[in-house]
Amino acid sequence: MLERFAKKIGYDDPLEVYLSKLQALVYGDYPLSRRSIALLLLQEDKDVLDLIKDKEKERLDEILKIVGEAGAHYSHPLTYIIGQRRQEEANRICDAAISFKERQRVTLRERLSKVLMNPFTGGPILLFVLYYGLYKFVGTFGAGVLVDFMEDKVFGEYISPFMINLVKSTLPFKLLQDLLIGEYGIITLGVRYAMAIILPIVATFFFAFAVVEDTGYLPRLAMLIDQLFKKIGLSGRAVIPMVLGLGCDTMATMVTRTLPTKRERIIATLLLALAIPCSAQMGVILALLGDNPLGLVVWLGVIILVFLVVGFLAAKIMPGELPTFYMEIPPLRLPHLSNILRKTYSRLRWYFWEILPLFIFASVFIWLGQITGIFNVLVRILEHPVRWIGLPSEAGVAFLFGFFRRDYGAAGLYDLKKAGLLSGNQLVVASVTLTLFLPCIAQLLMNIKERGMRMGMVMSVFILWFSFTVGYLLNIILTLLNLQL
Amino acid sequence: MLSERAEEILEALWIQMEEQGKKQLDLGASRDEPAIDELSRLGFIRKDLDHIHLLEKGKAHASGCIRRHRLAERLLTDVFYVRKKIIDEVSCKFEHLLHKGLEDNVCTILGHPKVCPHGKPIPSGRCCTERKEKRSLKFVARLADLDVKDKGHIAYLQTKDRSQMQKLISIGAIPGVSIVLLQKFPSYVFQTGQSQFAIDKELASSIYVRLTK
Repeated sequence: MLERFAKKIGYDDPLEVYLSKLQALVYGDYPLSRRSIALLLLQEDKDVLDLIKDKEKERLDEILKIVGEAGAHYSHPLTYIIGQRRQEEANRICDAAISFKERQRVTLRERLSKVLMNPFTGGPILLFVLYYGLYKFVGTFGAGVLVDFMEDKVFGEYISPFMINLVKSTLPFKLLQDLLIGEYGIITLGVRYAMAIILPIVATFFFAFAVVEDTGYLPRLAMLIDQLFKKIGLSGRAVIPMVLGLGCDTMATMVTRTLPTKRERIIATLLLALAIPCSAQMGVILALLGDNPLGLVVWLGVIILVFLVVGFLAAKIMPGELPTFYMEIPPLRLPHLSNILRKTYSRLRWYFWEILPLFIFASVFIWLGQITGIFNVLVRILEHPVRWIGLPSEAGVAFLFGFFRRDYGAAGLYDLKKAGLLSGNQLVVASVTLTLFLPCIAQLLMNIKERGMRMGMVMSVFILWFSFTVGYLLNIILTLLNLQL
Repeated sequence: MLSERAEEILEALWIQMEEQGKKQLDLGASRDEPAIDELSRLGFIRKDLDHIHLLEKGKAHASGCIRRHRLAERLLTDVFYVRKKIIDEVSCKFEHLLHKGLEDNVCTILGHPKVCPHGKPIPSGRCCTERKEKRSLKFVARLADLDVKDKGHIAYLQTKDRSQMQKLISIGAIPGVSIVLLQKFPSYVFQTGQSQFAIDKELASSIYVRLTK
């Protein structure tokens, strides 16, 4: 059926001649018909060119010569000629099959769409979506209610005690027991974190994200924010990984694959690692600064400033193609619950299997760090920069653990706060530094996986230096201005 | 006034030297044409034993001729729907009607096009740099220069590179398609057929629209 249809789109005579010449030269075995291969060759498709280089070595010169001749025959690029012809054919088919009713009035849906795309009403709507979708649903319900249930009830009362007993009774070696069920063991830390903390947070986030996605809100947000993002070297399209980063930066770093140029991918990865706090982290920071609204404002202001300034500078420094923005604006739709659940489930499953090994790896890493004593050395090294930014040296531990789980680091600060060891200023400085500080180990590994070893390492060193510099400056500024937050 | 034949020779010289990068031209068959003498008398060209050289004065005049020729081609294809086959013939005659002043008006009506229908560059004129266009003269204009709710058909695309062109084609912004501009700020939103797209200013400046009422 498809085969028959495909043949129906005829091109003008010269193009058909070049097509048949090319088809006769393509011998290899391809997943596409030879005509499709020839058409893609004429459009200078990079992937097909690579395929041909591999499979038609002897005839490569001849093939390229014909492609060149065909191109020279037309005054426009062949993509244009072919695209135009296809559009014609598509129009012909549609005209025969579809008729549209004359529309009398503007529908509610169109009016709502206009409101969403208007910069003056779009901004407040974004705040509304972030407040209810992110703060209330993900923050309060997911990171609060669900995490408490999973952690205290499911793990605290059932799984952990059961596994601890099981391991203790079957494994006689203390060292191996620690690896599995110690303070930072694979089961007690790695699996528990992945299942009891990350899973509920990310599940609620994916659910909220799927709702937002299915309504068609994201492209509208992208078109609103494009001009601003251009200033930081990104296009409006990057709003999707950025919003996802508010859920989980590791996941969002994976999603930067959807950005069209390498330059955009690098800038987006850096900004995600540096200035986009993930949901787990935001939960704890809200707990730290929740009773200090002014401190929360300062924290948010500094993070937004860093996001814009670093993005702006990165865009100045980075060479490469400037981003272009083009995106379809689909009609607004009421999302279907079944679609949302299916989407949430499949993403969650994929995400979980990507992330779980990283947590296990982190547990093993901490275990190794502790038995070899490297950890104590690292904590002592970290105590210096921690003191420079005006914090008690006890906070060093929080920063080291922050690397293994960013939210875990913040939780360490929470303990210090409860013990009354931190003033308002210190809390704000610590929250800012920790938000900017090295991404969690899962994200570091993802950065290396996506951007390569060299780029991943360069970014990490930069972030390490930058986060403490910002903390240091913020501390000095607060002191000079004699502000007590 | 230059004779038509002399203008043709001047244009051919300009194309060979400016666009094909030749330094000088063999005199060849045109050796004895009176038009050659006419041109050298006016100081447009210099003739030595076997070659013709295009001089600065001639260059300036030639680029004006080319501009008129290619503007004529654009006008005839985009506005008058003259068939491609006879376009060259008609525009050769038409260009002589576009004398100074008129050519800038035509250029403005067409939205200051940068290439002719064959994809060759059109030398820019004073009107292109000044850009104080009057709304009443807008006939073909870049999408970026339209007002919200302006309607028309895409006349042609003019992008700086292939990937830009591919992006536009992939969203169905293809010559002949009807288009309405819905929004200009903060991004350009337009509708073609039943679909809406958002693009940035750069892409919006690559789409030339023939306006309809």
